[in-house]
Amino acid sequence: MAAAGPAIAVAGLRRDYGDRPALEGVGFELPAGETLLVLGPNGAGKTTLLRILATLLRPSGGEARVLGCSLPREAWKLRGRIGYLGHEPLLYRDLSGRENLRFQARLHGLRGEPAEARIAELLAAAGMERRADERVAELSAGMRQRLAICRCVLHEPDLLLLDEPDSNLDAEGRELARGLIGPGVGRTRVLVTHDPERFLPEADRVLRLGIGETAVVS
Amino acid sequence: MTPSRLAFAAILGKDLRSELRTLQSLPAMALFAVTAFVIFRFGLDRTSLSGSLAAGVLWATLLFAAVLGINRLFVAEREEGGFDAIRLAPIDRSVLFAAKVAALLVYLLALELVAVPIFALFFLSSAAALGPLIAVLLLADLGLAATGTLISSMAVNSRARDLLVPLVLLPLVVPMMIAATGATEPLMALGGPSYHRFGSWLMVLGLYDLIFGLVGYAVFDFLLED
Repeated sequence: MAAAGPAIAVAGLRRDYGDRPALEGVGFELPAGETLLVLGPNGAGKTTLLRILATLLRPSGGEARVLGCSLPREAWKLRGRIGYLGHEPLLYRDLSGRENLRFQARLHGLRGEPAEARIAELLAAAGMERRADERVAELSAGMRQRLAICRCVLHEPDLLLLDEPDSNLDAEGRELARGLIGPGVGRTRVLVTHDPERFLPEADRVLRLGIGETAVVS
Repeated sequence: MTPSRLAFAAILGKDLRSELRTLQSLPAMALFAVTAFVIFRFGLDRTSLSGSLAAGVLWATLLFAAVLGINRLFVAEREEGGFDAIRLAPIDRSVLFAAKVAALLVYLLALELVAVPIFALFFLSSAAALGPLIAVLLLADLGLAATGTLISSMAVNSRARDLLVPLVLLPLVVPMMIAATGATEPLMALGGPSYHRFGSWLMVLGLYDLIFGLVGYAVFDFLLED
C-alpha cells in the first residue's frame, strides 16, 4: 500500500518519561525511499524517536504520520509494514535461529514452503546457514545481530527503523548486512547511529538531536 | 492481519517448545506439589484424608504449585524482547492472551497428571473420586489460567514480580478456590463420593472462568501498551 505524501511526517513530537522530557519539539519529513540519519549524544532521544515511529511507544505530544497512518490512533494499520532493529535482537534464546525466524514468519502470516524459502534465502544472505539450527543462547553477539537483521526484513517491510545496525558486526557481517538493509534495498530507512562517518554517504537527510536543544534537519 | 489461529498456534508452540527444552517451570511445579504432599502427610500425621480436609490439602497445594509457573509465564517475552516482536506483528494482541492461557492450561494439566495420582496414593482410600474430579480440575484450571495470565502480564514488568503475583493473584482466586473445594469435598467424603451441590459448584466455577476470560480479553491490549 503506497502512502500519499512523505513516508514520514513528524511535527512537534514530544515524549516524556514522568516529568523528564526524553524528546522535545522534533519535526521532519522523509520522502519514500530516502534515508534519514539520526545523530545525537547519549540521552538525546534517538531510540525514543525510533520506538515511537515503530508504534512501540506512544508520543506525549505532537503529530506523527508514518506511511500515511496517524500515530498512535492508526498504529494497528502499520503493524507488519515496519522492520524494526533495536538494541535487543528480539529473539528467543532457547529457540534456534531458524525456529525464531519461523515463529516471526507465522506472526506475519507466512507459513509453509514460501516461509521456509524466505527464511533460507535470508539465512544465506546473512551468512548464517551453518549456524541456523543452533540455539540463539549459544551464538555470539554478532551472530545474533545477523539473525536480528533477518528478522527485521523477513516480512519485507516498507519502512526500516534501524538502531545502530552495525552493533557487534565484524567486517564481513557489515558487508552482508548492507545487502539486506543497506541503501540499495530501495526502502525508506531511518537510521540511528553513533558512527556518522560510516553512514553519512548513505543518508539523504540528517536529523541532529540534542539534549534540551531544538532538533535540526539538514 | 495475520489469521489469529496461525498466530495463536505459533505463540503456543513456541512456549511449549521452550519449556520442553529448558524445563524451567514444570519440574519445579511438580516437585513443589510432591514435597507439599509429603509435608502434609507427616505434618498431619494421617495416612488418609477425607471431606474438606482432603479438598483443602489438594487445592492449596495445586494453587501454590501453579504460582511457580504463573511467575515465569511472561519472563521470556520480557527479557528477550518478545513483547516488542509481538507488538510489531499484524496480530490482535488478545491472541497473545489466549495463547498464554492455553500454555498455562497445559502446564496445569501436566502438573495434575503427576500430583493428583500421588495425592490419591498418599491420602485416599479409594480412587472413586478421581473420575468426577476431572471436571472440577478442568474448570478450575481454566479460571486459574485466565486469572494467572492476566496477573502475570501485569507483574512481569515489575522488579518485585515474584512477590506481586501471589499478592495480587491469591485474593482474586479465593472465590474460585471456595467453589473448587466445595465441589471436591463431597467427592472425597468418607464412604464414597456424593454429588451434593456438585453441579452448583461447577456452575460457579464456569461463571468465574467466563468473567475472568472476558476481563482478560478486554484489558489485555491495554496492559501491553507502554
